[in-house]
Amino acid sequence: MSEKKSSSQSAVQTTGHAWDGDLQEFNNPLPNWWLWSFYATVVFAILYWLIYPAWPVGGSYTKGIMNNITFVDGEGQEVTMHWNTRALLLKDLQEGKGALLSQEYMDKVAEASYTDILGDAEMMAFTRSVANGLFGDNCAACHGAGGTGVMALFPNIADDDWLWGGSVQDIENSIANGHLGFMPGFDGVFDEQQLDDVATFVLGLSGHEVDSSATTRGEHIFNSEAGGCYYCHTKAGSGLKSQGSANLTDKIWTIVDVNAAEGIEAKKALVKQVVTRGVKREMPHWSDRLSATQIKLLTVYVHELSGGQ
Amino acid sequence: MGAGSQTLYEKRVSIYPRSVQGRFRTIKWGILALAYGVYFLLPWLRWERNVGPDQAVLFDIGARKFYLFDLVVHAQDLFWLAGLLMIAALLLFFVTGIAGRVFCGYFCFQTLWTDLFMLIERLVQGDRVARIRLDKSPLSLNKVSRKGLTHLLWFMSAFWTGLTFTLYWENAPQLLIDWFSGTAPFAAYATTLFLTATTYVMAGLAREQVCTYMCPYARFQSVMFDADTRIVAYDVGRGEGANGRHKVTRDLKRQEQRQQAGAGDCIDCGYCVQVCPTGIDIRNGLQVQCISCALCIDACDTIMKSLGWGESLIGYTSEKQAAGQPSRIWKPKTVGYGLVLLAAIASLGWSVSHQAPLEMSVVQVRQPLFVRLSDGRVQNSYELHLENKTDRPVNLVIMMRGLSGAELDVGRLQSVSLQPQRSLRVLARVRWQSGHGLKGSRSFVFNIVPQQRSELGMISSPATFYLPGLEY
Repeated sequence: MSEKKSSSQSAVQTTGHAWDGDLQEFNNPLPNWWLWSFYATVVFAILYWLIYPAWPVGGSYTKGIMNNITFVDGEGQEVTMHWNTRALLLKDLQEGKGALLSQEYMDKVAEASYTDILGDAEMMAFTRSVANGLFGDNCAACHGAGGTGVMALFPNIADDDWLWGGSVQDIENSIANGHLGFMPGFDGVFDEQQLDDVATFVLGLSGHEVDSSATTRGEHIFNSEAGGCYYCHTKAGSGLKSQGSANLTDKIWTIVDVNAAEGIEAKKALVKQVVTRGVKREMPHWSDRLSATQIKLLTVYVHELSGGQ
Repeated sequence: MGAGSQTLYEKRVSIYPRSVQGRFRTIKWGILALAYGVYFLLPWLRWERNVGPDQAVLFDIGARKFYLFDLVVHAQDLFWLAGLLMIAALLLFFVTGIAGRVFCGYFCFQTLWTDLFMLIERLVQGDRVARIRLDKSPLSLNKVSRKGLTHLLWFMSAFWTGLTFTLYWENAPQLLIDWFSGTAPFAAYATTLFLTATTYVMAGLAREQVCTYMCPYARFQSVMFDADTRIVAYDVGRGEGANGRHKVTRDLKRQEQRQQAGAGDCIDCGYCVQVCPTGIDIRNGLQVQCISCALCIDACDTIMKSLGWGESLIGYTSEKQAAGQPSRIWKPKTVGYGLVLLAAIASLGWSVSHQAPLEMSVVQVRQPLFVRLSDGRVQNSYELHLENKTDRPVNLVIMMRGLSGAELDVGRLQSVSLQPQRSLRVLARVRWQSGHGLKGSRSFVFNIVPQQRSELGMISSPATFYLPGLEY
């Protein structure tokens, strides 16, 4: 058995034709396994055409048979249509194993109070993982993926300084209803001296070493009808969350980067710039774009970026 | 390539192995029964656990947990698999160096399943001669029904083999119902059908060609052979005598007669060739096709016993032993493999028995890497991945050490309650006033302390706090 010799293998077969006397053609047919695999692919293709959408016919196409998928569309209507990957995806997003599990948690979070959510490690983990996607889709365009915002345009919501309040109720209100942040410009209202005095006073509020006589003059403008700054910023300079006015006593600056400026004159120039030009910022409301539960998830997420208030 | 020249393609010569009984065949049936018993019944074994499925062996890919009786293997323990593979490789080196292709002949699933398929073949079509006759006979109802029944039984065995494999990855009874009601996952169908096909083709059709042409182990095992390795070999001196083997004739009947005439003990009955599943003649010496299944030993022993001439004309021996030299098993090579093997088994055993009951890994939030706070402090955030590998809930308190004056904030979580066999991610914020003009990274440590269950001990994980270079 170990000596395998067979005459049929040692000689190459020919087709039996001979041209010009000795010109012959070898007969090397395809191996059978190859041939039958090929036939199998042909059969497969025909079955595939029957079962799946396949051939274009005029402006339409063959839909395939026995392949209906039923799912609920965006309007809540039940739709049954022929097999296609989009319908398959929509069905999976509603009925898949992961979708059902996610829905279970979503329902739990929807019913829970903020206190309950914030005190439950499991709900917090779920919230963070879902809201991370929501934040990326809806908020990150302005506030940045990490919530650090853009100086002068979009506030940093990862720090602990809150223009409109940092409690969960305040944050939810901000997301749902949006905000219009406004400070009038004092260009033409203050003369150069007054402007300089106000800026000096403002820098002094956050602990900068400033000239005391200028500070006294500036405080008078700030806290009197001459400037009227205290209407919004309060006499202590700590801001009013109902107005979204900045707390001037802390080390966070959202319109100009005072911290980065070198020297008191440069810092003063930046503050004067804000006083002259004023501020106008707008955040849209999300109540008609996001569901109440989604807003709830985002509220907790934003609250947790810095620890909230 | 002209007519008559050598061709690289060799057409398979059909092999009709004859059945045989004997010592080694009995051992092999025993191993087969044990292996099949374990493989086919294990998924059905139920097991009581406080948490988790009630299946003794379950590889739950979705939950990233492997259940092996009372052991739960988590994703972090996956390096055990590497350890297991190393042990398997070392065991192969060790055993092959000493006893040759024992794995091939007794334990390889190709051998086990081929044995089963040959058994089916024999039960339906009869032994060697009957099968040869059937193959040569013209097409008839008898031939079609016997061949058809063989293939049907092959297919059913192959199918049950494939299906059983999938049962290890889901709750077996439920998956079986789902499978036949058409609601099982696609992967279950694909795996079952793939393994059905491979089993059917490999054990039913390809057989010894798998060992001869496809299997890499068969080839590299020969590297581990040496002159002391046990091999199945024919005793040439005894079998061939002075003038070669000879059939039993009237003048050459008794051993003394034969020895006087110079004829060896081999009566050239061909039984050893007929039983060989790879179709070789062991009397030609050690060959690459030989899987050391030892069936030729059983065949020859049967004949020698009936003649009363003494066994082991074909038997386990080594090259040195056959040449009359002393043969050793314990040499630096085998001892070395043995020691490394023991070390690998010991370290895997130690690692498995010292599986950490709690795990923590810390990932620093990098977007943003830091946040400046209104009071001038800097805040870094961390995601703590906590895992409870025990089968009871545990309450964990998160603490930190190593940054003097730093504040740790985990929100309103007094403690993190972790359900058994569950993991959670917790966001922790650390606030620190550098104060000393420091910048760059500072190392510190997160500690989690289990409440009540103090036997679990405190778990620590290092982290770094990043201080921006800018000064206020």
